[in-house]
Amino acid sequence: MSEIRSVTDSELVEPAKVHGARRRSEWVEILHNAWGFNRTRVGVGIFAFILLLAALGPFFAPHSPTEFVAAPFSGPSAGTVLGVDYIGHDVLSRVLWGGRTVLGLAIAATIIGLVLGVSFGLIAGYARRWLDETVMRLLDVLLAFPQIVLVLLLISLLGPKLWLIVLMVGLSHAPRIARVSRAAALEVVQRDFVRAAEALGEIKPRILFFEVLPNITSPLLVEFGLRLTYSIGLIAALSFLGFGLQPPAADWGLMINENRIGITVQPWAVVLPVSLIAILTIGTNLIADGLGRALIGIERESGGPS
Amino acid sequence: MPPLLKLILMRFGLGALTLFLVSVVVFAATQALPGDTARAILGKDATPQRLELLRQQLGLDKPVPQQYWEWLSGVAQGDLGDSLVQQGMSVTSLLRDRVKNSAALVLIAALVSVPFSIIIGALSAVWRDSKFDMTASVGNLTLAALPEFVIGIGLVLVFATNVFKVLPAVSRLDPSVSMFRQLHLLILPALTLTLAVAPYISRILRASMIEVLESEYVMMARLKGLSNHLVLWRHALPNAIVPTLQVIALNLAWLAGGVVVVEYLFGFPGIGQALVDAVANRDLPMIQALCLLIAGVYVVLNLMADLGTILVSPRLRTGLR
Amino acid sequence: MNDVVLTVDGLEIVLDPSGIGIDHEVSLVIRQGEVLGLVGESASGKTTAATALLRHQRRGAKIAGGRIRIDGTDIFGVSDAELRELRGGLISYVPQDASAALNPALRIGTQLTEILEAHSFGSSAAERRKRLAEMMAEVLLPSDRAFLRRYPHQLSGGQQQRVAVAMAFGCRPKVIVLDEPTTALDVTTQAHVLDTIRDLTKSYGVAALYVTHDLAVVANLADRIAVMYAGRVIETGSKRDIFRQALHPYTRKLLAAIPDLSGERALHGIPGWAPRPGQRPEGCAFVPRCDWAIDRCREEFPPSEGPSEEHQTRCWRYREVGAQPMGGDARQSGRDGTTGAADQPVVDVRQLSAFYQRKECLHDIFMALHERRCLALVGESGSGKTTLARCIAGLHPFKIEGEITFRGHQLARDSRGRPRPVRQAIQYVFQSPYSSLNPRKTVRQILAQPLRIFFDLDAGETDARMAHALEQVALDTSLLRRYPDELSGGERQRVAIARALAAEPTVLICDEVTSSLDVSVQAAIIELLAQLQREGGLSMLFVTHNLALVRSIAQEVAVMSEGRIVEFGLVDTVLENPQADYTRKLLADTPTI
Repeated sequence: MSEIRSVTDSELVEPAKVHGARRRSEWVEILHNAWGFNRTRVGVGIFAFILLLAALGPFFAPHSPTEFVAAPFSGPSAGTVLGVDYIGHDVLSRVLWGGRTVLGLAIAATIIGLVLGVSFGLIAGYARRWLDETVMRLLDVLLAFPQIVLVLLLISLLGPKLWLIVLMVGLSHAPRIARVSRAAALEVVQRDFVRAAEALGEIKPRILFFEVLPNITSPLLVEFGLRLTYSIGLIAALSFLGFGLQPPAADWGLMINENRIGITVQPWAVVLPVSLIAILTIGTNLIADGLGRALIGIERESGGPS
Repeated sequence: MPPLLKLILMRFGLGALTLFLVSVVVFAATQALPGDTARAILGKDATPQRLELLRQQLGLDKPVPQQYWEWLSGVAQGDLGDSLVQQGMSVTSLLRDRVKNSAALVLIAALVSVPFSIIIGALSAVWRDSKFDMTASVGNLTLAALPEFVIGIGLVLVFATNVFKVLPAVSRLDPSVSMFRQLHLLILPALTLTLAVAPYISRILRASMIEVLESEYVMMARLKGLSNHLVLWRHALPNAIVPTLQVIALNLAWLAGGVVVVEYLFGFPGIGQALVDAVANRDLPMIQALCLLIAGVYVVLNLMADLGTILVSPRLRTGLR
Repeated sequence: MNDVVLTVDGLEIVLDPSGIGIDHEVSLVIRQGEVLGLVGESASGKTTAATALLRHQRRGAKIAGGRIRIDGTDIFGVSDAELRELRGGLISYVPQDASAALNPALRIGTQLTEILEAHSFGSSAAERRKRLAEMMAEVLLPSDRAFLRRYPHQLSGGQQQRVAVAMAFGCRPKVIVLDEPTTALDVTTQAHVLDTIRDLTKSYGVAALYVTHDLAVVANLADRIAVMYAGRVIETGSKRDIFRQALHPYTRKLLAAIPDLSGERALHGIPGWAPRPGQRPEGCAFVPRCDWAIDRCREEFPPSEGPSEEHQTRCWRYREVGAQPMGGDARQSGRDGTTGAADQPVVDVRQLSAFYQRKECLHDIFMALHERRCLALVGESGSGKTTLARCIAGLHPFKIEGEITFRGHQLARDSRGRPRPVRQAIQYVFQSPYSSLNPRKTVRQILAQPLRIFFDLDAGETDARMAHALEQVALDTSLLRRYPDELSGGERQRVAIARALAAEPTVLICDEVTSSLDVSVQAAIIELLAQLQREGGLSMLFVTHNLALVRSIAQEVAVMSEGRIVEFGLVDTVLENPQADYTRKLLADTPTI
């Protein structure tokens, strides 16, 4: 039924590719198409800016982030362009130092979440029946906890150690990513080329890695962008709550928490880190959205009979 | 047994199973960790006497399955144990008012955000690619990206401190006064939560509505010569809302977690603030109770969304072939 | 002529925003009580043209020019409110797939009543109820309250389509557009729905446009036929004109590609594929596939010409084409080697029962596939034919009972449990090549898989085998670098067949391998398979729902219904002298030209 329908529908599909001239692989094309959206470019611009700021900032910091330079909450002056914080550190220097942790931890956590989630999702999607049921049911249990609550629960006794936070933020992503990859894998697993490989007697790991996985890379690309956004938010929120980086570390989330009591007298110490986190998450989300739009576009294009 | 009843019972069973597993996770993450739980709570410098006392209080000297069983049967009877920090106070009594406060906050946020985001989402789909849609899309994208404490601080900067000083920056409720007399204290926290969840619901509704608007049956409704009004409200929207129910439930459950950061930010005396304090003080029974409560809210909301979906989709309600 | 109800004049439809043309200069005329069959393969633009009659286009396409008059009203000149009155009132639409076109959340009674209400048909609710009962009676459905309170999913596919037909005739329209309304149905259900449509158009004198890819269906239904190719109407004429005296090479080739139940004609495919919008060449788009093409065809699209005003075509050489006698050559494939005693069976199925989850879906099957023979397994959807084929291939995921042997060796249920030589010997070609080829692999990677699993070859030998496999399916080795999306449907199915052949099988199982392809491509694939089977000495199990295909390829046939084999025998015997009632019914319902 669907076969016949889609043949007719494809009459309306823009002819994306003339015979012969075509891409090598889909995700390259997704990146290419995503670049065509202004929002993606803005997102990439923002992300690159923050990345540079985090990476190179410390080299331009006028003071050490832990040096006492003036009385607490002093406003901007000649030596301290943006004033000092609640304890007398230079705000600008701390801002220039404080991006590394957020970015680094968030990227690490996202990668962990992706690896865990994709593995579970692929296995569940291909195994089906009881193994699928069991894996997904157990992951659903983790899903019952809002991410921040899950992380708090898991670090409550072991204390806010950085490696633990990264691992737990990753783990809290895993069930959500597993759902996405399982759904994508399920659709692929139903296609006949998987049956064909099975009929030839191809071994299961090869089927998972060479037949199924290459067909779900594109949604995973989008998922990575999305999860990175949430990782940044989560990690910054943990620092904000006092369970992430500990003083005297320079970290944007921590800075907000430390200085919010002085928000009226020395707003820079709060406004600057808040704005940087805000534009960073907006940037990564713009990239994720651009990728998502490109993905939908490509599915439409090759949406002929399939 | 009628198939519909069977389906509903199965959902209930599944909910109960999830709840049980949730309790296992909570217990395992707190009381059944490898290593000395008592020392983890009290720190390295604790005296042997204090450690022994705590072990007795939490029953850590018993085998783990027995500890779990005693804890679970206590929970089932509404006994969540005593707080380790505020000695002699039961967790239940400490949490009673806080649960009410948080519930009020979440309810206000839900009642505002759900209808609001459904309308925005539906209109964005109907006026697809219009100026309205573009604006809503950019707004959604921005708000969805921002961590809730960033939204909250933004609101504080604008409405409570540096730009306009029209609302309080902290929301410490006076427990001796009725909440209805201090509703202004709830505005900023509720607004923060609303802005944090609304984009998700409206985005998913827009996507779902667009799919429905492009469906064969909506095309058929148009080709039958029905008015736009009928096409949208009778043929399209009911079908678009069904798949959104789960997402709405998910987001409302998320609100229960979102209160953690928002309450901390505004100093609002609810369960979120309580959780932050409990984690900071390693108040084990409190952490267990709060995590169980928050996860329980998710399970219940999810169950309601499941049942709602069954009841509003004829295929599930009557089909089951 | 004053009884003309519908005129389409120079209709142009383009993709929006690129402006690439979908339909060009489409002109049609339909008179009162007349059925015009609009025939075309996929990407011919027929559905796009048909929905334009209701001034409707899917997102991404728009009407760019032309005029449509229905009963004196210029459809493009009316306001939106007037248009709503016309739609469903003056002109109505029957969708391709009623299961998708009926709203799943509304009772069918509601959906039927609302069209009467929207057009204020009848002056009171009571009158509308009366009309509703009439509508249901016309399509032979019950009109009691319980039935009207059902939701679409509680109806069978045939009933859903009848509801859609009832809805279309509800307000007694002057024109009705039927968009492949029976494509999604089984032949027996299709036959009933077609009867209903024929009766209703005749008794109400409705002008009908019947869109289809199936010439056999219009042969029984239409008064006149318009053939579309690459967005243009290339020939129009009476049914007799088209079937007896077709003037356009494409029409003639299309007719030759239609499988013939009677078995008098040979089946001939059309090489190549129909170009999609944006890929269409200058001049006549059929040139690359045409035997008659001359230089002029490449430069200029011919005007509408013909022997009479009724019979018009668009071909520079239509006179010469028309001078050639029609009617194909005699059939030669199939029967060869059917006489004489059968050899030992290669695959023997004994007392096989199979389950879907816990429900038994195949009952007590006995079936034998003989050496160097082709056995056609025929049945409607749900008859269990694919399940049986998958059981033999080791792809059935649930329990089976009974035994399947290959050359005397009992086979395990799951292909993984079978020894490598057996997996190699039994190869399976899937229904849809859009699904059976991994879109992330090149043709080379696809063909390399069986070679790597079954043979221990060095690189040079692998290349040679791949080249040979492609040659067997008449494809060029330049395709090795391509991804499946870069191939046409026919090419894809050839690659899938090449993958099976690369394993050097003894038994080839073909599961509905042509059902997702256009008729012209289907015929070419059938030709190829018949030749491979004859010359390659393959034993072939050919699974199909289309009884008309059987003669062109098989020597033996097994007819399946509801999980049982109801008839089994030599093709000619079964088709000429069917014993089972079910086979007789199937034969009677299969449309022929």
